[in-house]
Amino acid sequence: MKTRDLLTCGGPLLGLLFVCAVFALLIGPQFFRPVNLELIARQTAIVCTAALGMTMVIVAAGIDLSVGSIIALSTVVIALLLKRDVSPLLSALGGVAAAAACGLANGILITRLRVVPFIVTLGTMLIVRGAAKGLADERRIEAPATWLNGLLRTVEAGRGLFVPPGIWVLLVLALLIAGVLRYTVFGRHLFAVGSNERTARLCGVRVERVKVAVYAISAALAGVAGVMQFAKLSVGDPTVAVGLELDVIAAVIIGGGSLTGGNGTVLGTVLGATIMSVVAIGCSQHGLANWVQQIVTGSIIVLAVALDRWRQGSRSV
Amino acid sequence: MRGVSKSFAATVALDAVDLSVAPGEVVALVGQNGAGKSTLMAILAGALAPDVGVMTLDGRPYAPRDPLEARRAGVAMIHQELSVAPHLSVMENVVLGTEPARAGFVQRDRARRLTQEVLARLGHADIPPEAVVGRLSVAEQQLVEIARAFAIGARVLVLDEPTSSLGREDVRRLFELVRRLKADGHAVVYISHFIEEVKEVADRFVVLRDGRNAGGGPTAGATREEIVSLMVGRRVEDLFPRSARHPGEAILEVEGIGPGSIGFTLHRGEVLGIAGLMGAGRTRLLRTLFGLAPVRSGRIRLGAYSGAAAPPRRWEQGMGLLSEDRKGEGLALGLSVAENLALSRLRGLGPGPLVLPARLAAAARRWIELLGVRAAGPGQAVRELSGGNQQKVALARLLHHDVDVLLLDEPTRGIDVASKAQIYALVDGLVAPPAGPEGGRAAKAVLVASSDLAELLGLCDRIAVMCRGRLGRPRPAAEWDEHALMMAATGTGDAA
Repeated sequence: MKTRDLLTCGGPLLGLLFVCAVFALLIGPQFFRPVNLELIARQTAIVCTAALGMTMVIVAAGIDLSVGSIIALSTVVIALLLKRDVSPLLSALGGVAAAAACGLANGILITRLRVVPFIVTLGTMLIVRGAAKGLADERRIEAPATWLNGLLRTVEAGRGLFVPPGIWVLLVLALLIAGVLRYTVFGRHLFAVGSNERTARLCGVRVERVKVAVYAISAALAGVAGVMQFAKLSVGDPTVAVGLELDVIAAVIIGGGSLTGGNGTVLGTVLGATIMSVVAIGCSQHGLANWVQQIVTGSIIVLAVALDRWRQGSRSV
Repeated sequence: MRGVSKSFAATVALDAVDLSVAPGEVVALVGQNGAGKSTLMAILAGALAPDVGVMTLDGRPYAPRDPLEARRAGVAMIHQELSVAPHLSVMENVVLGTEPARAGFVQRDRARRLTQEVLARLGHADIPPEAVVGRLSVAEQQLVEIARAFAIGARVLVLDEPTSSLGREDVRRLFELVRRLKADGHAVVYISHFIEEVKEVADRFVVLRDGRNAGGGPTAGATREEIVSLMVGRRVEDLFPRSARHPGEAILEVEGIGPGSIGFTLHRGEVLGIAGLMGAGRTRLLRTLFGLAPVRSGRIRLGAYSGAAAPPRRWEQGMGLLSEDRKGEGLALGLSVAENLALSRLRGLGPGPLVLPARLAAAARRWIELLGVRAAGPGQAVRELSGGNQQKVALARLLHHDVDVLLLDEPTRGIDVASKAQIYALVDGLVAPPAGPEGGRAAKAVLVASSDLAELLGLCDRIAVMCRGRLGRPRPAAEWDEHALMMAATGTGDAA
């Protein structure tokens, strides 16, 4: 078990070390200043939080293209609630609940209509985006400043937190999801459904229930990512996070997840998300244009999967 | 084909088999499941290469490297599962892969003419070339596939179980077509389980058994009984331990299930066998009992529970199914031995909803030892095990769950003899548990569906034969022999 996990995470870990080494050479040791590391962590937080949920979905051989839209909806709901003088905590929970409802709808549509998740979530991606815009009247929604805005703000020295509270939230969630995947009946059922749905059904796994649950949980995590997005922008923006679902999927894939299901780890996903932000920040700090960064990230995705195939191929021989 | 042999790893599928067919002749190839018919035909059609042996076509050496080359040489195979593209039209299907084209553009007129010509030659000019194939009946789709074979000039046509999914009228029309082809000087190899069909349509028959020629001759002079006994042969195998069995209470009672109105009773402490050919409905029956296929009519009573139930409930009620499709359904090949083994019963391997890896591994290790599964450990992926060991893992799942009623569908298909013997011994131990120090465990009830007749005769207390969706009355195994089973399964004997 442990050696296998090490093998799955070995690739992403080496990849992270590699990109760090490249930028250390290009930029110099100041790339690893604490300020910069914190910047990387903050940059990673939103994608990584959503990617935790996506990891579970992809382990179960599903896909969720609607997470970007769900994040936007979540920010809009939070801003609207805050404007109505709802407490910050309840507003944030409201955003997460709205997101979870979207995921529940995804799961029910996928299992009841028997339409493949790619198509269902492609549809709900547009539907949720439209709903967010309608709810916000196609405008950004200004909200009163609260402690929510401090979630991803740099912590002043000596406050004892080291990193922004949002990062702590992410770490706790990551540990929780990792535990669920490895140590619970639900987690093992996710792997079974993703590895061979017919076997899971034969063994009495309630496949439909598992699927609905995983899409709801994934969307709820996208809602948490929405809380962080709101913290970063301090407004509710229905046009935010367009295309973010692809970054989220990429993080899972770089981290060793397989779109055919049955594979994926939380640690791998966290590493994958980190690789992407290291590349983004490294490129911009080295003065490379955005287009270079995109080409590099794209190459890493293809390379990561190709290396994974090659490694698995050589292992089975 | 002369002296054709083929081995897969340690299994000899074909051992020096001869087969010949002349122009204007219909030869029937018969044999039990696993006799080597499919392998022989795959070699003929270019899908497999023989290890040894020569093939000649019209006196010239014939060694196709792939199915396309075989088709170009004039040998075409029509499989049981049709391979038509359902979204394309009849003419597009007929010229598929050999589209008449000029500069890359398909010449639709020529394609249409060719299609009409071939269909007319087959006596079915009524099928419009523009019709979408997916909307045609199965019989018409089959015809489209045959037309495709003749569009590129097939002279040898292989029909593999062509009547298995056809109605009576379509079968009659297919036979007419075969006779027409014969009259036109084509050679036809006809594979079938149904002796009646063979006698009706073929001039000669060739029997394969355990990968060897077991006999043959003109169909005119042979009786059904002669053909069946050639198919069955005699195998004396002492694979089947048989403890004293004491059938107890009825634990599974079935009445009026499905269109064939199937009914039987299964008791604790007995093995009930269901014989039948592929496609007779054995698998469907087992899946219906287990809730994987819908129950349309009839009653099922399992212990104290009555009525249909989905698999999760069936497991809880003490019923488990071993799937006939080990790799596609029975096991999640990418997951570990332990996870496959315990998947139906993960609760109890930790507090509450938790599954502790150490407990999971310990539970798996116990069964690995008890069943002698050759695996590096509970964490090894099932994909890396041999077929026999995979099957033991799939069976261990039912034991781990400790179900009372075991539904075993083809429990030993495609596995080695040693593993077979182990599984037989295991099943015997389940229905006749040795009296242990704790007073012994309750005897289980086992329902086995198999196309291996020797296996059923050796393993079961009672056997019922299924033929075309109907189940005959279970009779004590001692009253059956392979010959009688095969007669009943092929619909030639009295199944009641």
